[in-house]
Amino acid sequence: MSALSIKNLKKVYQGGLEALRGIDLEVEKGDFFALLGPNGAGKSTTIGIISSLVTKSSGKVEILGIDIDDNHSLAKKKLGVVGQEVNFNQFEKVGDIIRNQAGYYGLSFREARENTMYYMKKLDIWDKRNEQARKLSGGMKRRIMVAKALVNKPELLILDEPTAGVDIELRRSLWDFLTEINNSGTSIILTTHYLEEAERLCRNIAIIDNGEIVENTSMQELLTRLEVETFVFDLQEDISNLPKIENYELRIENPKKISVTIQKGQGLNEIFSLLSNSGIKIASMRNETGRLEELFLGLVESTIKEENHGPH
Amino acid sequence: MDPIEQIRALATILRKEIHRFMRIWMQTLIPPAIMIMLYFVIFGEIIGSRIGKMGEFDYMQFMVPGLIMMSVISNSYSNVVSSFFGQKFARSVEELLITPLPNYIILVGWVLGGVARGLMVGAIVTVVSLFFSELTVANWPLAIFVVFLTSVLFSLGGFLNALFAESFDDISIIPTFVLQPLIYLGGVFYSITLLGEPFRTISLANPILYMVNSFRHAILGASDLASLGISLNVAIGMILFFIALFSSISLWLLNTGKGIRS
Ligand SMILES: Nc1ncnc2c1ncn2[C@@H]1O[C@H](COP(=O)(O)OP(=O)(O)OP(=O)(O)O)[C@@H](O)[C@H]1O
Ligand SMILES: [Mg+2]
Repeated sequence: MSALSIKNLKKVYQGGLEALRGIDLEVEKGDFFALLGPNGAGKSTTIGIISSLVTKSSGKVEILGIDIDDNHSLAKKKLGVVGQEVNFNQFEKVGDIIRNQAGYYGLSFREARENTMYYMKKLDIWDKRNEQARKLSGGMKRRIMVAKALVNKPELLILDEPTAGVDIELRRSLWDFLTEINNSGTSIILTTHYLEEAERLCRNIAIIDNGEIVENTSMQELLTRLEVETFVFDLQEDISNLPKIENYELRIENPKKISVTIQKGQGLNEIFSLLSNSGIKIASMRNETGRLEELFLGLVESTIKEENHGPH
Repeated sequence: MDPIEQIRALATILRKEIHRFMRIWMQTLIPPAIMIMLYFVIFGEIIGSRIGKMGEFDYMQFMVPGLIMMSVISNSYSNVVSSFFGQKFARSVEELLITPLPNYIILVGWVLGGVARGLMVGAIVTVVSLFFSELTVANWPLAIFVVFLTSVLFSLGGFLNALFAESFDDISIIPTFVLQPLIYLGGVFYSITLLGEPFRTISLANPILYMVNSFRHAILGASDLASLGISLNVAIGMILFFIALFSSISLWLLNTGKGIRS
């Protein structure tokens, strides 16, 4: 059974903007799924329709096999959503915000209190329970959003850019937390602009651009499709000019750092020996992050080009 | 959602709504108390004696039921319109929309919130009035029934206003340009029987007239209703009719997503 199944979903906003042009999407139960795409691609619109904040123009959405039109109530019960923007009353106390969300789901007073406490402790906001939400930092507000989405113990959790504007430490702890939740059986879909995040967390991925799915595959498959890879070498000694090495495209990034882009299948051994033959001592080597970025840009490039060449 | 879950959700909304107006009591509960005191000072002491009697009652005695109704109406309305619009504005209405909650629970929750504020303010104004005048209530059950229905109706009105509102201006336009005039011309301050034609007949189209006079009837045991040839049942029937109308429109709009879903 799919955690989420979307068929030919279309959305035309009032005013005529076509935000979704008939997308299909399948997310397996238990999956950790990334939905990527540039600004305005239609990610939040898709999530909005799944969570009934946006009305669809046409198409079909099933949450864990339940059609949202046929059995709205049951489908929604299985869903937790972290919206892209803060959507709670900032004048309320943090604890009340989360407990009220549990109440809206119809949880008993006791269950609501227990779940609230559990997730607030898990997300490290329990000691803020009596503070007004508006006094908390942006990162803390994100955690409130996550706790709120989980308080009903959903089977499918959707997060719309949960780590936007969040510092590295919190981002990592959120990653660990989401991985834990996913391991315990919750299916997760997230959108993000940090490709590193998707690469690290997600097993499957879809890329949406301009209201259309342009790629839908496993993360592994996507990464093996990368044609080129860039490596960075940190050097022990400064260099001023590079030896000419055939077949390799070397660049000086700074006197202590050079980089090389190699084609898939081209080994690294050769470059090591060529470099050391030229007297260059390598201190360390790393893979330049953002491998996925290149691919991503390749996939959405067509539309970027169109936009740039369109009438001004 | 099963009925028990729905009731829990409803209780959550209501508790949150009561919490909201209690938290800002300086803006919600104190002003009506001050207003009624000022009315007592100005109309009771300074001007009232010159106006003389309104029918068989002192002017202030005549006015108190109208003032209670005025407070109930404006507080029920403004509670719902500002709370629900605020919720839309802060996007926290999404908290409800993402849940399995049926729309009618949302509507009933906010209406009961408005009723809670309306009744509380009505009680405050009544208590303050007791300090300044001898208020005897001819028919308690009727008084409470009429206040309750009125509060429901104007809470619904506030809800509709909030659904349509797109800016903070929109939530003050209706209260200022529609509600206020209807209240002031609805027999709060004077007996409709004092009016000549055509104003007397025009006034009959004002629904607030029926509520104020039904309530006055419950408190004083007499009102304009009799001299206008309208029975109490008709007056209450009018209120019920508007409640049915407003709640159907609200539910229909909620179901179509008007003002809350894009
Ligand atoms: N309420 C709305 N009314 C009209 N157009 C809208 C509305 N919401 C979004 N849009 C438009 O729909 C398109 C898709 O927007 P959406 O928010 O789904 O993008 P997104 O992929 O989430 O982008 P981002 O990465 O910036 O969050 C955009 O062109 C946007 O301007
Ligand atoms: Mg978005």
